[in-house]
Amino acid sequence: MSHIADRIISDVGLESGVAALTTEKIEKVVTRMLKGETGAKLRAYKETCMRCGLCSQGCHYYMSHDADPSYSPVNKATETMYELMDKKGKVSPQRIYEMAQMAYTECNLCKRCAHYCPIGIDTGYIMSQVRRICYLLDVVPQYIRDTAHSHASTMNQMWVKDDEWIDSLQWQEDEARDEFPDLRIPLDKEGADIYYSVIAPEPKFRTQLIYQAAAIMNAAGVDWTMPSHPGWDNSDMCMFVGDYENMGRLKRAHYESAQKLRVKRIVMGECGHAFRSVYDMGNRWLGHKAMPVPVIHAIDFYWELINEGKIKITHQYENPVTIQDPCNIIRGRGLMDKLRDVVHFLCKEVVEMTPNREHNYCCCAGGGVINCGPPFKNTRMTGNRVKAEQLKATGVHDVVIPCHNCHGGIEDIIGYYDLKMHGKFISDIIYELMEKPEV
Amino acid sequence: MTEFYVFVTGPLAWIAFGFFILGGLYRLISMYAEARAKDVSSIAYMSWYYGLRSILVWMIPFKSMGWKSDPLMTVTTFIFHICFLLVAVFLGAHVVMWDTAFGISLPSLPSQFGDIVSFVALAGCAVFAYRRLALPHVKGVTRCQDWFALVLVALPFITGVLAYHQVGPVLLMTTLHVLSGELLIALIPFTRLSHALFVLFTRAYMGSEFGGVRHAHDW
Repeated sequence: MSHIADRIISDVGLESGVAALTTEKIEKVVTRMLKGETGAKLRAYKETCMRCGLCSQGCHYYMSHDADPSYSPVNKATETMYELMDKKGKVSPQRIYEMAQMAYTECNLCKRCAHYCPIGIDTGYIMSQVRRICYLLDVVPQYIRDTAHSHASTMNQMWVKDDEWIDSLQWQEDEARDEFPDLRIPLDKEGADIYYSVIAPEPKFRTQLIYQAAAIMNAAGVDWTMPSHPGWDNSDMCMFVGDYENMGRLKRAHYESAQKLRVKRIVMGECGHAFRSVYDMGNRWLGHKAMPVPVIHAIDFYWELINEGKIKITHQYENPVTIQDPCNIIRGRGLMDKLRDVVHFLCKEVVEMTPNREHNYCCCAGGGVINCGPPFKNTRMTGNRVKAEQLKATGVHDVVIPCHNCHGGIEDIIGYYDLKMHGKFISDIIYELMEKPEV
Repeated sequence: MTEFYVFVTGPLAWIAFGFFILGGLYRLISMYAEARAKDVSSIAYMSWYYGLRSILVWMIPFKSMGWKSDPLMTVTTFIFHICFLLVAVFLGAHVVMWDTAFGISLPSLPSQFGDIVSFVALAGCAVFAYRRLALPHVKGVTRCQDWFALVLVALPFITGVLAYHQVGPVLLMTTLHVLSGELLIALIPFTRLSHALFVLFTRAYMGSEFGGVRHAHDW
């Protein structure tokens, strides 16, 4: 059995955070958290856990490290939160470094282990609370901390300035009009059916996705709009950092920008974690049991368009594809059937990975792990050998991946294990296959 | 010795049941109060339908990923818990006690079968112990509390079997058996064995989250 202390990775955020800690401060923050924020849920988990180890096989880190017990969910909980509870926060600053590295970079909060625990313990929740403590102690990996700061300062993840945002949309509209002469990206259209929100990396460096979304909206004749003001970014790294105050600000801004425009509902682009933040985390922080504005994921939206006959394709995608089931929208929101309907409509041959649907292995990028940046890239690569094996076994070259985080993670794994595969968003395929007007 | 036996089976039994019932109620009520105070955003999603669905599904062996992943553990867990309840409630000697103490008449297990069931339950404890000693992913997270709970559960079976087979002084063994049983009952709310009280709630909560919020199966 390895130990977290034996695999410490140098990170400026963790190092400088720990350097400023004292044992008194740790004790104070842990006590504040355990008395103030966590309650019976966490206590029941800790007490009821029988340490049976069944959850181990649920974790891709454990499976990828040849069953190294250090990576099993129960061990991660035992070495972090349970230890903090047992010792009432009386641990050394170095121990906090180890706990932070474990919580931020060795758990994707994918909740796959939930399928393995007879008692019903939510290790994802436990690790989120460990992150919250680390955040309050200011011990956070530098890259994701920086991203959370961007959210806090600009209300978007990528420090996209307000004018740059509008500029990117108008640029895409202008480009697209060469191909679709009547295309518009309507800004601030009050009362539109659809408010389309994206994550900030889309205008920043995957701008073609906005182009493709506009092309699909245009072809399907959808009454849609995008906001010109902050709130357009649905992403939420503050949620993964444990900065719940800013998570609340972000979600409120997102909902309110849609409410200001009196739209009927929000459609999110192909992203998973953003969806988690509206149905699972941000909503709870704000006290919304149901969403104040209905929010659906792109898969749901495409499924509707296909079923209403609004998406017309010229032919089906020829190459066989496999499907990545993103945790936050499959295990998190039950979109596995609709995802399959959409992919089978678009593609001739689908080769399923095993296991799949809600038993999928995580991409190892989610939960903010990829956002912890280059220092932890190898953690993700060695931590998800099972995904590489799963991908390789399909024998196909194209992977349909309806999530930004999964895209990043799986493309990295494909490169690291030399799988000669390539990831595609659903909108990539729809755009490629759809009927386009002759210009 | 006889006087001690009378004390153990009389006042001490009431004390043990008192600890179990009052302690159990205290734990459940205080946990619920804490949840009401601090876990409102979780309680809001509790659902009878999804909660019960989850409990029922997890009571089917090999239905969930967890039960499929470790057949030895699955078989042992199910058999152990069934044997535990069978012996505790329906063993011939216990049925007599239900009748004399509370006037409740229950059907009793044939004595030979009851004996076998007790041995099977002990074998279950042995498997749990084996896992804690031999499997790295269980050994690494095992603490004293886990061993304590296991010993607490195994003792009444060990002493019960010895008493039934009249190994050693019968009265002493029987007294020890009753004592260990009382210790077990009294400590359920305050040890790892409290999973007996809380498991329905944690299971139902996970089922509610997965069914009602996440729209996916939790097995």
